Amino acid sequence: MSEPLIKFSNVNKKYGHIHALNDVSVSFDKGEFISVFGPNGAGKSTFLKLLCTMTSPSSGDIFYEGTPLKKLKDDFRSRFGVISHQPFLYSELTAMENLTFYAKLYGVQNIEDRIKELLGKVELYKRRNDKVRGYSRGMLQRLSITRALLHNPYIVVLDEPYTGLDTHASDILTKILVELFDNKHTIIMVTHNMKQGFDASSRLAIIRRGKLVFDEKRDNVTLDEFEHVYTEAVS
Amino acid sequence: MTYLSTVAAIVRKDLLHELKSREIVVSMLLFSILTVVVFSFIFEPGSEFKNRVVGGILWMSVTFAGILGLNKSMMSEVNGGNFSALLLAPVDRSAIFFGKAISNFMFMMIVQLITVPLFIVLYNVNIFHTSFMPMTVFLMGTWGFAILGTLFSIISVNTRTREVMLPLLLLPVMVPVILASVQALNIYILGLDVAESYKWLKLLAVFDIIFTVVVFAVFDFIVED
Repeated sequence: MSEPLIKFSNVNKKYGHIHALNDVSVSFDKGEFISVFGPNGAGKSTFLKLLCTMTSPSSGDIFYEGTPLKKLKDDFRSRFGVISHQPFLYSELTAMENLTFYAKLYGVQNIEDRIKELLGKVELYKRRNDKVRGYSRGMLQRLSITRALLHNPYIVVLDEPYTGLDTHASDILTKILVELFDNKHTIIMVTHNMKQGFDASSRLAIIRRGKLVFDEKRDNVTLDEFEHVYTEAVS
Repeated sequence: MTYLSTVAAIVRKDLLHELKSREIVVSMLLFSILTVVVFSFIFEPGSEFKNRVVGGILWMSVTFAGILGLNKSMMSEVNGGNFSALLLAPVDRSAIFFGKAISNFMFMMIVQLITVPLFIVLYNVNIFHTSFMPMTVFLMGTWGFAILGTLFSIISVNTRTREVMLPLLLLPVMVPVILASVQALNIYILGLDVAESYKWLKLLAVFDIIFTVVVFAVFDFIVED
């Protein structure tokens, strides 16, 4: 039997006295779209940070295709593309300059063609030479999506990606996520938006007070049932 | 991506960002010039005492202007979560650090290129009259400052009192570098035998090497949480 793509094994994360993640064991397979829900301070962002090697577990192990993350080299991080509510962009640089910088860090080939293709998808190609400082929130998020997908990552991690987006930007993001999912990318999304998260994903999870309290295939529950489960889980 | 090309990419990005925003060098330069000018009013023309202390004044202006620049340099990384994005990149994290340290070193050297000639004119001291060894002091002293300053600015930037925290953390550790730089510079200003400055240059070199090696070894652990 093949190893899961990512496996958390009894993972704990403590910040001083705060137990941000408490004995979490879960695994994700290739091609899954997992939406993770939970109230503020539940440990969702810590979960994503651990996944992307931004921080290490206090105890327990995280495995990538059977190999502990701590044994993998730096280039392992190229498998992740992270879209956060923060844009990860330099405001004084243009979109093109920002993307070229990140493309070089990720060792992207044919940088100009790749940027042109992605900026076209998010409808920002005409604004490529404008300073990012002048972009609206929606445009910033669209550019942030481009930055995260530059190196065509296997795993796309999204932390509250819909925060502050207008309808147009929201639609573009959804379209891109559907395309990624169809192309068998693994997507792990933390969101507060119950309907958007439910509709897009193939698996649903709820984290509360650092514990994984719900983990189910989406096909096994309806939205109403899930909302009920969520309300009970977090109350 | 190779280690050196990562360092080069970070430096290029920082220089481009500074060229467009002019936030770091301009504020450092204004502060540095202002310090040198204000302190120049203290001394009476022809004062002998002056030559014994002006080296300290020059390094004080360099140090405090540097702290100002370091805070601004790290703020541009923290705003918008850019530093997190750098840490997510599939590159050796110490290369990111050295890229930032080299950028900060270059910004400080640019400031000194303008401040030092002004200092020579205002205080009527030619620090280069016996040799060009003061250049070595500036280069080595600034590298030590850039390495430690970049490290502590990364540590302090997420604290609420970052403007106070950075000098509080940095200055006590910087004492050997500041002391060696001031003492060596005083030897050149007073026109003493250049050979007397070698012990201070050796001290600077030792600290530069130690700081560089230690930061290279521990940076990954420092940024993890």
